[in-house]
Amino acid sequence: MSTTEVPDLVPAGMTVTGPPRRSLVSRVVGRLGGFLATGAIVLLGVFWLTPVVGLAVASLRSTADNSATGWWTALTDPGRLTLDNYGALLRNEGVLNSLWNTVLITVPSTVLVVVLGSLAAYALAWIEFPGRDWLFVLIVALIVVPVQVAIIPDAKLFGSLGIYGSIAAVVAFHVAFGLPFAIFLLRNFFLAIPRDLLEAARMDGGRDFTIFRRVVLPIGWPAIASLTIFQFLWVWNDLLVALVFATSDNAPITYTLREQMRAFSSNVDVIGPGAFLSMLVPLVVFFAFQRYFVQGVLAGSVK
Amino acid sequence: MAEVALAEIGKRYADGTRAVESLSLQVADGEFLVLVGPSGCGKSTALRMIAGLEDISEGTLHIGDRVVNSVPSRDRDVAMVFQSYALYPHLDVFDNIGFGLRLRGMRRDDIASRVNRVAATLGLTEHLRRRPGSLSGGQRQRVAMGRAMVREPAVYLMDEPLSNLDAKLRVQMRAEIARITRRTGVTTIYVTHDQTEAMTLGDRVAVMRKGVLQQVAVPQELYDNPVNMFVGGFIGSPPMNLVEGVFTEQDGELSLRLGDQTLRVDPALAAAKPGLRACLDQPVVVGVRPEDLRDASMDDRGAQTVLNSEADLTEALGSDLYVHFSLPVPAVVTEDVKELARDAGADSPRERADRTMLVARFSPRSAARAGDRIAVAVDTARLHVFDRDSGRSIR
Repeated sequence: MSTTEVPDLVPAGMTVTGPPRRSLVSRVVGRLGGFLATGAIVLLGVFWLTPVVGLAVASLRSTADNSATGWWTALTDPGRLTLDNYGALLRNEGVLNSLWNTVLITVPSTVLVVVLGSLAAYALAWIEFPGRDWLFVLIVALIVVPVQVAIIPDAKLFGSLGIYGSIAAVVAFHVAFGLPFAIFLLRNFFLAIPRDLLEAARMDGGRDFTIFRRVVLPIGWPAIASLTIFQFLWVWNDLLVALVFATSDNAPITYTLREQMRAFSSNVDVIGPGAFLSMLVPLVVFFAFQRYFVQGVLAGSVK
Repeated sequence: MAEVALAEIGKRYADGTRAVESLSLQVADGEFLVLVGPSGCGKSTALRMIAGLEDISEGTLHIGDRVVNSVPSRDRDVAMVFQSYALYPHLDVFDNIGFGLRLRGMRRDDIASRVNRVAATLGLTEHLRRRPGSLSGGQRQRVAMGRAMVREPAVYLMDEPLSNLDAKLRVQMRAEIARITRRTGVTTIYVTHDQTEAMTLGDRVAVMRKGVLQQVAVPQELYDNPVNMFVGGFIGSPPMNLVEGVFTEQDGELSLRLGDQTLRVDPALAAAKPGLRACLDQPVVVGVRPEDLRDASMDDRGAQTVLNSEADLTEALGSDLYVHFSLPVPAVVTEDVKELARDAGADSPRERADRTMLVARFSPRSAARAGDRIAVAVDTARLHVFDRDSGRSIR
């Protein structure tokens, strides 16, 4: 409540200089630490990037080249690279269709989880109703339910609903399993928003939904962005749920790539560009949202 | 513009704790009322009940001629300034101030003209496109004020709006708040734990303690005639000295015995406090304001109202010289005194139980220094007398 006044500790007449200069040794160590850290990050970057570049290069080589030599040999002879594989891919309806299916599955699975999750999280964080805390505990407990235990009952459920094998079934499953963690993450983030801000909005004339939309969502954006990335990647890369619930017509790219593997042993000219394309989209999503990971929007709202 | 009336308002939480007990207050239209008290006295809870941010457990609340107990905040026509300012971090100053108007569906150009007018009043015009994060503490405080002003509400509610500012800025903003509320003439209820803010801002001041209203009065009345030891000790800086003493009467003249020293009491005191005659020859708590203790060597009141002691410590403020000294009288230790000490941040009320520490406000020209023998002239007409057990003022 009270702010204590700190007396001026510097006697009159004494000039105040900045913090004491660090010794030479500590400065050298500090600089060296900086170099080491930078070096480590660069090394990690190279480590991560090498297979990505490898896949990209391989997807641009002919089948013969790929089976004869490693992808890095192409770096000395870039003239042999070709877009033929991508051309073939664009004519391969099965692969194109499954890429489109992946989009059809991933986008609603992500949007629904973010929308429903943030609404539920707001209610669990800021609206008082009986049994609220127990409900939240139950939702948290659902996070640890393994996907595998739900496969058989859900297959039966979807069968009786008549959606087994459809994209809707896959989406429903992903949403159901994405929501508990989404609610948990967002509720905790929303709860960290100072109560005063919501009360100020209430005094300013806001009802719950207005407060949610105009105050909580903009402030909770970093958490929502993180959740969007996570959920998007999980669903995009999922194979298990697709294998169980999707027919091959409705199958996503992960499913189709696996089929290519079986049909033609290692069919690099299809798998290479297919895999690269299916990796590209999550990367774009990640880089679009990554700055919100580190952005502190809350700075300066309350002291 | 509206008057606010609290009738036996109470706040009871689910676990049975009572934050506010049967609080009755009338705030006149255009009045500036300050709720003051140590932390945990229920003043903020009372304010939040008026704001509609807390349910009212008991009693009725009128704003204007409506009972608003179950009216939501947004329909009470009140605006609040929060201690933390509670500015929306994602909006710039313009949108922060205009937020309430936008939610109420006002037209854009009307919003702009009102926001610009308020911003000009508060000197925020050049900062309208900045976000709260890049503003100084004083600027944020002004934005918070602007957000309340722009709504042109019937009542301003302010919850310790200055406590996050440094001392200099606080004085400046205090004057600004006084100016704004005087000019707009809007009824204001202001919560603070700072008695200086309470005294300087309030048309009337309500002192609360442990959820119970102690006294409501204009500041000078509160200072001159506190109803009990708590109010006497809380209002005033440095605080009122509290010493145990005994009044005696001889030949129709009162004297006051403080330990081994006896003072002749000004007849004006007995005249002003007829109740004093009922408690002669029994220990009471005597309250003396520091300014009623002066350097006897510079005061010609005569030796009969002088206390002799030794200065423990002197503090020269330029305008005054605070002289700390002690009397060989057991220190007054009551619930009131303990609570006041806690509020001042001290663990124990006095360092030594067998002596009472006092502070006198000497003229800066006084020669008294730490370690000197001093003679302290007491203005006995202005003594306060409290019942030792109940803490109530004897009048």
